Amino acid sequence: MKILSITILAAMFMLTAACSSSEADTSAQTTETTATSGGQENVKDDDSQQDVVKVAVGSKDHSTLVAALKQAELVTSLSNAGPFTVFAPTNAAFDQVDKATLTALMTDEKKADLQNILQYHVTVSALKADYLQDGQVLGMVNGDNVTVSIKNGKIMLNNSATIIASVPASNGIIHVIDGVLLPPSK
Amino acid sequence: MKTNLTKILALLLITGLVFQSCKPKNAGNASSSGSAEKAYVAPGKYDEFYNLVSGGFSGQMSVYGLPSGRLFRVIPVFSVDPEKGYGYSEETKPMLNTSHGFVPWDDLHHTELSQTNGEVDGRWIFGNANNTPRVARIDLASFKTAEIIELPNSAGNHSSPFITENTEYVVAGTRFSVPPDNANGDIPIDTYKENFKGYISFISVKKESGEMDLAFQIECPGVNFDLSHAGKGKSNGWFFFSCYNTEQANTLLEVNASQRDKDFIMAVNWKKAEEYIKAGKAKRIPAKYAHNKYNEKTHTATSEMKKEVLVLDAKALKDICYFIPCPKSPHGCDVDPTGEYIVGSGKLAALIPVFSFDKMLKAIEGKQFDGSFEGIPVIKYEAALYGEVKKPGLGPLHTEFDGKGNAYTTFFVSSEVVKWNIKDLKVLDRAPTYYSVGHLCIPGGDSKKPNAKYLIAYNKITKDRYLPTGPELTQSAQLYDISGDKMEMILDFPTIGEPHYAQAISADLVRDRSIKFYKINENENKYVTKGEGQAKVVREGNVVHVYMTSIRSHFAPDNIEGIKMGDVVYFHVTNLEQDWDVPHGFAIKGATNAELLIMPGETQTMKWEPDKVGIFPMYCTDFCSALHQEMSGYIRVSPKGSSVPLSYSLGKTKPIAKN
Repeated sequence: MKILSITILAAMFMLTAACSSSEADTSAQTTETTATSGGQENVKDDDSQQDVVKVAVGSKDHSTLVAALKQAELVTSLSNAGPFTVFAPTNAAFDQVDKATLTALMTDEKKADLQNILQYHVTVSALKADYLQDGQVLGMVNGDNVTVSIKNGKIMLNNSATIIASVPASNGIIHVIDGVLLPPSK
Repeated sequence: MKTNLTKILALLLITGLVFQSCKPKNAGNASSSGSAEKAYVAPGKYDEFYNLVSGGFSGQMSVYGLPSGRLFRVIPVFSVDPEKGYGYSEETKPMLNTSHGFVPWDDLHHTELSQTNGEVDGRWIFGNANNTPRVARIDLASFKTAEIIELPNSAGNHSSPFITENTEYVVAGTRFSVPPDNANGDIPIDTYKENFKGYISFISVKKESGEMDLAFQIECPGVNFDLSHAGKGKSNGWFFFSCYNTEQANTLLEVNASQRDKDFIMAVNWKKAEEYIKAGKAKRIPAKYAHNKYNEKTHTATSEMKKEVLVLDAKALKDICYFIPCPKSPHGCDVDPTGEYIVGSGKLAALIPVFSFDKMLKAIEGKQFDGSFEGIPVIKYEAALYGEVKKPGLGPLHTEFDGKGNAYTTFFVSSEVVKWNIKDLKVLDRAPTYYSVGHLCIPGGDSKKPNAKYLIAYNKITKDRYLPTGPELTQSAQLYDISGDKMEMILDFPTIGEPHYAQAISADLVRDRSIKFYKINENENKYVTKGEGQAKVVREGNVVHVYMTSIRSHFAPDNIEGIKMGDVVYFHVTNLEQDWDVPHGFAIKGATNAELLIMPGETQTMKWEPDKVGIFPMYCTDFCSALHQEMSGYIRVSPKGSSVPLSYSLGKTKPIAKN
């Protein structure tokens, strides 16, 4: 253990030295405190309740969604105080989307479209399933609306996706859905 | 094997960390030495700007220097401040009087500097009390709260204290609509739609003295008035208020006040309102509200309870208020320096609408209405709309202006400040904030003449930005240099309370007006002692008045005997110093209030009711001199009915003063 610490210290010293020599004019008073990019997703905190992003990251059924959120640069926003309701399509739900379309959406050229679709899955307000009513219209982050319908105890969105589970998070709630919601075409 | 793996991982981690910290920082980062220099003000040098920042739930206002971010003063406004004796001394207690009695705390959200011809003039700054609705005026010569006026018929005074371009009026709007004060309030809460009203208040400000008076109120439908700004230049004579909860929900607003696609900006023609008042169309309605003033000569506050208010009915008068639809719970309501563009920031909206004042006037003339809401005409959205900033960011809140045709809007959800051009509505630059920005401030950024060298973002969340201090962390301000095309973060500093809106002003407009002390021969306090020879102790039944002086480095008198259990003792301490930066403090062991902090030439009074027999030391609390530690004395408290005669002395014993 002691050896390890020394090794680490030595490594740190070397790297710091390398760092200061390459940036000779960076004076000692400029302490590094800021992450270079991103926001609250970089906060190191394994103690607090997980936010919607961390919950999604921790779910093996949501790896497509998480990859899409990263590509759409929505991780910073969703790590914010919220409160958010995220309708989170499962990997299986994404699998129903035409593969070529999905692949295209993951390219930088289509980032705006991807953002639009993903923002259509988020509303600013923590809506427990109990708060959702048949016929209720939800204003989503992208500016379009989603309509809720309830039949035989099943909560559906736009008559195309069903809530299959709900997971509370520190900054809102995730409703896992079995379909991808597509914003109305304009 | 495991150890080796751990070792390798640890090394990799550290390598990563160190390399990451080696990376050249991007524009949003304050850590490059070039940026640090921009915020550096050498010891002994003055800052370029005063930054007057709301203290949020501290109830106070704080004064920082820019660009250094150094904190100079916390001005007590709506909350007691034991450090300064504010709300504890007999002279300042009336400042916190309300129709509910003495209220020791409030929540100050917004600050607004007085203006002349639409430019900040450095005379006063106003602050709003959000909880028990009030507006305060702070004098920028003394940096003290000079006046507080309460607002009847209101609750949650949020859209305040914004002013007209010559400080004719300070406004206030009720965030929580309630039944009017003189109506029966003992009604079911779910009768909101029928019985709850939203009042907006126009407080007049006297040109020379700054004295406030509640000129009139306008009764409007029950909604939540959130923020406001006056028209300026061409739109002078109008005031604009954002409103949310046009659903008129009274429960779970998080869900129920977010149902409609559009809420409103309410445009108020206050010149028209003035005409109606002249024409006798306003009603005098019984009301009860406190008006508290601090007199600089007597160094004493007085509280007057007012009995009525002039009220105009927006619905009946038809043409003083108009609603403009504005997407999704508008929060910020900001008017550009030309007065033509009104920016509404719908906190749940995916775009920022910019309304045109000219188009709005035409729409009103041409009656391009989309029906009415609770009897108030609703202007067609497109008829008043100049254009929309598309996809600017997530969660727009507030906008300030640089006077060069650009607007800067904060986005809470996406934690950023976005610069955009007002004419073509194109986004020009983005800068991250750490984290979750609320308000922002540019010096003069809501006036006709911004002085746009810096922009300050006020953040709600700091999480890992500073050394942790348990569950409660500081809020922060982040300073950006906006003199170039791109915003560059140059400083990040913690703030007191929770900063909401702030104002900044060139130090040149304030610095030279700052007073250094109060002239002792102008002190008209009822209990002033203008020299040590006049120091005395006077008994009136069980009330004892101690006329005391303080000067480096003693009190006169400093030995007092003959105080008895059951006495109520008033220490009227006059600071005889006539020198800059020499306040004296005064404290007594066991006193259940706070210290006095007495400025040079000022008199302040502590009320003391001794709780037991014995010797009580008193001393100066503000390090005043080399013999500060010697600046102390004793008070002897004897049992009730004791024969110990009243006596007082400094250096020697004097006979009892006769009444």
